[in-house]
Amino acid sequence: MAEKRVAVVGGGLAGLASVMKLTELGVKVDLFSLTPVKRSHSVCAQGGINSCNDQTRQLGDSEWKHFDDTVYGGDFLNHQPPVKEMAMWAPKVIDLMDRLGVPFNRTGEGFIDRRRFGGTLYKRTAFAGATTGQQLLYALDEQVRRQEAEGMVRKYEFWDFLRPILDEQGNCRGIVAQDMVSMEIRSFPADAAVMATGGCGLVYGRSTMSVFCNGSAASRCFQAGAKYANGEFIQVHPTAIPGADKLRLMSESARGEGGRVWVPRKAQDPRAPQEIPDSDRYYFLEERYPEYGNLVPRDIATREIFDICVNEGLSVEDDRMCVYLDLTHIPAAELDRKLGGILEIYEKFQGVDPRVEPMKIFPAVHYSMGGLWADYVKSSDNGLEPGAPENHMTNIPGLYAIGECDYHYHGGNRLGANSLLSCIFTGLFTGPSIVNYIDSQPHDAVSQELLDSARQAEVDRHQHLLTGNEGSQENPYLIHQELGDLMTRVATVVRKNDQLSEALVKVDELHQRAMKVNLSDTGGWTNQNVLFAKALQDMFPLAKCILKGALQRDECRGAHYKPDFQKPPLTAEDPAERRRQAEAWCDEFEANNERYLKSTIATWNADTMQPDLTYEDVDTSSIPPRPRLYGLVGADIIEEVWKERAKAKAEAGQYATT
Amino acid sequence: MIAQEPTLKNRPEFINVRIKRQNGPGQEPYWELHKIKYEPEMNVISVLQRIAAQATTVDGKRVTPVTWDCGCLEEVCGACTMVVNGRVRQSCSALVDRLLADNPDEIVLEPMSKFPVIRDLMVDRERLFRGLQRVKGWVPVDSYYDMGPGERQLRDTQEQNYPLSQCMSCGCCLEACPQFLKIEVPRKEGETDEQYEARKYAEYDKGFVGANAISQVMLFNNHPTGKALAKERLDALTGPGGIATCGNAQNCVAVCPKEIPLTTSIARAGRATTVHAIKKWFER
Repeated sequence: MAEKRVAVVGGGLAGLASVMKLTELGVKVDLFSLTPVKRSHSVCAQGGINSCNDQTRQLGDSEWKHFDDTVYGGDFLNHQPPVKEMAMWAPKVIDLMDRLGVPFNRTGEGFIDRRRFGGTLYKRTAFAGATTGQQLLYALDEQVRRQEAEGMVRKYEFWDFLRPILDEQGNCRGIVAQDMVSMEIRSFPADAAVMATGGCGLVYGRSTMSVFCNGSAASRCFQAGAKYANGEFIQVHPTAIPGADKLRLMSESARGEGGRVWVPRKAQDPRAPQEIPDSDRYYFLEERYPEYGNLVPRDIATREIFDICVNEGLSVEDDRMCVYLDLTHIPAAELDRKLGGILEIYEKFQGVDPRVEPMKIFPAVHYSMGGLWADYVKSSDNGLEPGAPENHMTNIPGLYAIGECDYHYHGGNRLGANSLLSCIFTGLFTGPSIVNYIDSQPHDAVSQELLDSARQAEVDRHQHLLTGNEGSQENPYLIHQELGDLMTRVATVVRKNDQLSEALVKVDELHQRAMKVNLSDTGGWTNQNVLFAKALQDMFPLAKCILKGALQRDECRGAHYKPDFQKPPLTAEDPAERRRQAEAWCDEFEANNERYLKSTIATWNADTMQPDLTYEDVDTSSIPPRPRLYGLVGADIIEEVWKERAKAKAEAGQYATT
Repeated sequence: MIAQEPTLKNRPEFINVRIKRQNGPGQEPYWELHKIKYEPEMNVISVLQRIAAQATTVDGKRVTPVTWDCGCLEEVCGACTMVVNGRVRQSCSALVDRLLADNPDEIVLEPMSKFPVIRDLMVDRERLFRGLQRVKGWVPVDSYYDMGPGERQLRDTQEQNYPLSQCMSCGCCLEACPQFLKIEVPRKEGETDEQYEARKYAEYDKGFVGANAISQVMLFNNHPTGKALAKERLDALTGPGGIATCGNAQNCVAVCPKEIPLTTSIARAGRATTVHAIKKWFER
């Protein structure tokens, strides 16, 4: 039999975990990345990685509760089988990473230390200082280097993925990629291809993501016929440091370790923060959400910070929006041990010591919860069927999507410290699935004609970009700025239908202009200009998915928030009336779910240059949807009514079957 | 929001940026002067972004945008190393206000000198990653299946290892090292990828492995399972281009952006290789 070979695109946590597992299973891998894989964006993840553990177990925690927190936190938009499987695997993932040498922080006795993250009441998060992503990525990078030394991996670093190669049956048989140094375009035959290319933050211009996270690889698959799901769900991280070139993340772990968010009660209080007494400080998260406090889920924290600055006018500075994130009450030695990495970032880029002075932070675009649509096979216990070839396969046979660039696990809002888990889990779990897929294929050689024609199409595109738009004045960098500003304004924290509709028209215009860019560099050596122009053009299909998906979703769910469709709190004081309102609230909630508890599925229409949207039911087979009631007035009575209804339904179900 | 340098009273309207450019490997470098509008809170990356968008030199000549390498822009990925005003560092954390306080006239950007230039400010650091392969910088576990947790580790051990594990392979220590010399291996015509790589690695392996790789040896030799390869790693350090090449200039530790105790690692590695060599002599 011919040698098995898989092309893995993307060298972050998901891609490297996939390479590591595939090579262990005896499959050779070609690994493609825009950057040396050790520099992939996963290095920026700071806070930690979740799993139920020996400590939380004794407090009543279980894998099931981790599963439940993820689904509830995601506002029930997550298909439950993959999430369940991930939660069950989480402790194994931590163990493996520990064995691979990740220097997780230790308790005095030598066990792995844990901290708390948003959206949960347990200390589930294992961490390595405040650079957990970096440490996890390096451990996987080292294993892949080991496999490379064994001859199992060929690395193609500084290579740009251009398109999947599809045969007459529509199966993926390889990829076309371009050397970013020599500009050579080449076809690579493969038995399967794995996309592990991360998020699309660059669509927003500035975000917490790296410059590689432009979404172009996912977009190229989308334009080649892969479905794209839940595009409108973009997480805005509550705390980041605003900067001119990028928005730097300030990890949730700062709050997990006791950081407190506040603003002076008096707008633009001129005093230095340390001189403002407690009575004049407004710890708004703690006051509004007594149970979770500073560790409410991210979508809630983001909106509250936004609300305090925009609607209440309590921003710390008058000319720009920010609130205090305060760590100064924690001993400096402890901060250094647990949060050193992120405090250094603040210190280096802001020139202020956060151990002494509260940090000034504001929300920033952070994570793409939507991504390439991917399939799965449900097991008899409502998890995933191990080894099923369909697990994480896109609708293009042989083309897989894992990590942030697929749409599973996080639903409407991602819980902190679940992203690292989902990346490593999908990388490991899909290994046997991919091998089984390859084994089920006939293994005939890919025809040279197919390889050549796919390559030629990309050569033509490249050539056209270099010389095809003579006389045009369009500059890709300036168009990108416009796109980013527009997307940030209309499609982040608060979304309004009129703005979204207008933006769709404007983005369409920008798209047409981007197709006509004229480049100042037309050379054939390390031409970053043309690579950027290509990436820019391919941002538009995703931008349109985000806008159109958001426009059509008339509700509030997780990170997608439309005030016009927000369900109001209960107003009545009289218990009977209040009860009636709660009943009505629950009726409305059910009706809304009937309509919108669905994944948005986009397919690309090359004729109209627009995405066409359809909807797919969400698998809620393990945990029935319930209202997410953080901080709502009347939450207690709504919850009571909801529980009664759920109970009645369950009983009705029971009688029906007996 | 960046705390402005108090010494810099009058903010300039424009910034002069002098860049050492090179169109490709083996070509002659040349200098180019760019002038961009001053904005508060700039770093070298945003300066380069403005230059890319404008692509015109100070005397109005249309030029190609300057090529450079960058990634996370928060000093974690290690991509954007270059020589700024004569000092090797990450360009993302090189803040313009600070640079202007040191030299109000201009900002000077050069590529690292110890690695082959690909184009302009972008260099080829493959040799650095080859160094990690040379010293087997990994933990040789049996498999990637669930075999339960790793060994319990004291907090002291974690705290010793953690800083070493923060090395982002940026190359600052190598640029600053007097013993680390540039090795450039041009591709021959008709050579296959494999042939070229083999020839290149053979050349790289003769050169000094550098402080970053030595530090990784100490990291993995201090891991309960990693130390299974301790002897092989020490062998790699005793050979040509190994630890004996180090001239103890201590430049590496001075420029490391992550403040990794590189010289401590080198000293520990020195002791370990000596003990290893004596033991080997007795085992003969």
